[in-house]
Amino acid sequence: MREIDIRHINKAYGEVRALQDISLHIGEGELFGLIGPDGAGKTSLFRILTTLLLADSGTASVCGLDVVRDYKEIRWRVGYMPGRFSLYQDLTVEENLNFFATVFNTTVRENYDLIRDIYVQIEPFKKRKAGKLSGGMKQKLALSCALIHRPDVLFLDEPTTGVDPVSRVEFWDMLDRLKRQGITILVSTPYMDEASRCDRIALMRGGRCLSVDTPEGIRATFDKYLYAVRSASMYKLLLDLRTYPDADSCFSFGDAHHFSIRKEVVDKEGEAVFRKDLQAFLTAKGHADIGIEPIKPGIEDCFMAL
Amino acid sequence: MIMNVIETDKLTKCFGSFTAVDHISFAVGEGEIFGFLGANGAGKTTAMRMLCGLSTPTSGTGKVAGFDIYKETEQIKRHIGYMSQKFSLYGDLKVWENIRLYGGIYGLSEKQLKAKTDELLRVLDLENERNTLVDALPLGWKQKLAFSVAIIHEPRIVFLDEPTGGVDPVTRRQFWELIYQAAERGITVFVTTHYMDEAEYCNRVSIMVDGKIEALDSPSALKSSFKAGNMNEVFHALARRAKRTEN
Repeated sequence: MREIDIRHINKAYGEVRALQDISLHIGEGELFGLIGPDGAGKTSLFRILTTLLLADSGTASVCGLDVVRDYKEIRWRVGYMPGRFSLYQDLTVEENLNFFATVFNTTVRENYDLIRDIYVQIEPFKKRKAGKLSGGMKQKLALSCALIHRPDVLFLDEPTTGVDPVSRVEFWDMLDRLKRQGITILVSTPYMDEASRCDRIALMRGGRCLSVDTPEGIRATFDKYLYAVRSASMYKLLLDLRTYPDADSCFSFGDAHHFSIRKEVVDKEGEAVFRKDLQAFLTAKGHADIGIEPIKPGIEDCFMAL
Repeated sequence: MIMNVIETDKLTKCFGSFTAVDHISFAVGEGEIFGFLGANGAGKTTAMRMLCGLSTPTSGTGKVAGFDIYKETEQIKRHIGYMSQKFSLYGDLKVWENIRLYGGIYGLSEKQLKAKTDELLRVLDLENERNTLVDALPLGWKQKLAFSVAIIHEPRIVFLDEPTGGVDPVTRRQFWELIYQAAERGITVFVTTHYMDEAEYCNRVSIMVDGKIEALDSPSALKSSFKAGNMNEVFHALARRAKRTEN
């Protein structure tokens, strides 16, 4: 039973309502993502599930164990990598790993197969103090330490924040391999593009769960038409598109702006007419090299539309 | 002819036998938005510290805002702005106190300070938060305030070190609109980021690999020379060549 069950959890810090009526069920072996910016409540939820913080109301269980009543048992069963680096900076890489193995009554050798993939990348630096490691290496050491007692459930709080795109892809590849070993993984991230690496995701903002589904399912709920629009003068284009009558929203997305518009506005006269009209509108504003192309929404489009 | 605000020639920094920054030569023009990309450990921070006058190069030359990066570091510090995600504002000071502190450090007069404070609060829509402790502001507001404070003295150039990490997608884009506005006023923007969509918003982008600048051009030119659909693919193609492990 490697499940996580969360029912009507609330948590406030004074006036700030960090978590508001959160209910989620995460199944055995699932790779589940909490996607949301700073202040969404992700860390509070992690701390409640890892028995480090008490909820104001609601219940939660991990591996069928209650987070309040059975907290001691839960701590044996889960691995937790907090957002802030919290290993011993003045112990070496090797000493940190041995320390966590010993605390959990096991040895590095006994579980080495589970961490080998990750640990070999930092093993050349095993005599270095953890405080002297770079960000990416600290992250790998922290993950190794969280895994060394072979947990049933793994909690990873923003493991890829501040990590470059190549290392981020490598990190998610590691999570895929862990998932194949049957470990249930709850991971949070502010990077919307990482959502597609999860089996299911919850979009969170301001202490609320806005939407829970597979990444595909969430993209399917986007109920407007979306266009990628380009011109020779991109910043002016952004401002001009927002003044188009019936414009819903317009945001920069890399080399194009994503322009959304209600379906009925476009369907009234048909798409060809709409595109011609938008083209004429932009030409009249002095734009050249205009490109208008219908596109499918990504998770980030969906998040901003919520 | 556009003036260069940054110029370097074979700029190098070694720590013992390790060459963190390896003979980089490039120029950034006035009002340009310049993206400075690279994997963790590629040497970006070390290069940026030299450009800001915080670290003396091992060899090579460089000028920032017209000042020499060996001899005129104090002048450089006066003519640049700097903002990083990790540190920018004092959380236990109020919004107006932070503005006053930075304005004061950069030598604004009492009259300028008052005018600037009112203007900033109005533009950022923070007039009701004048007396709020910065720690109590949402991260996105903090970042917009930090950016505005970093250019309160109208510097020639502002260095932004991963300014948008962790911010929600809407605020991240609003932040870039502030960057565009600053660039239109002629402030050069030198920015590092791990969001590859943001690389597309730059006029030109450099990508560092193992201490060297391996590519430098406009995003569209880089995409066509790497036959890539977006900057993410360009970055992956280059960064995968890295030999040295970050450390």
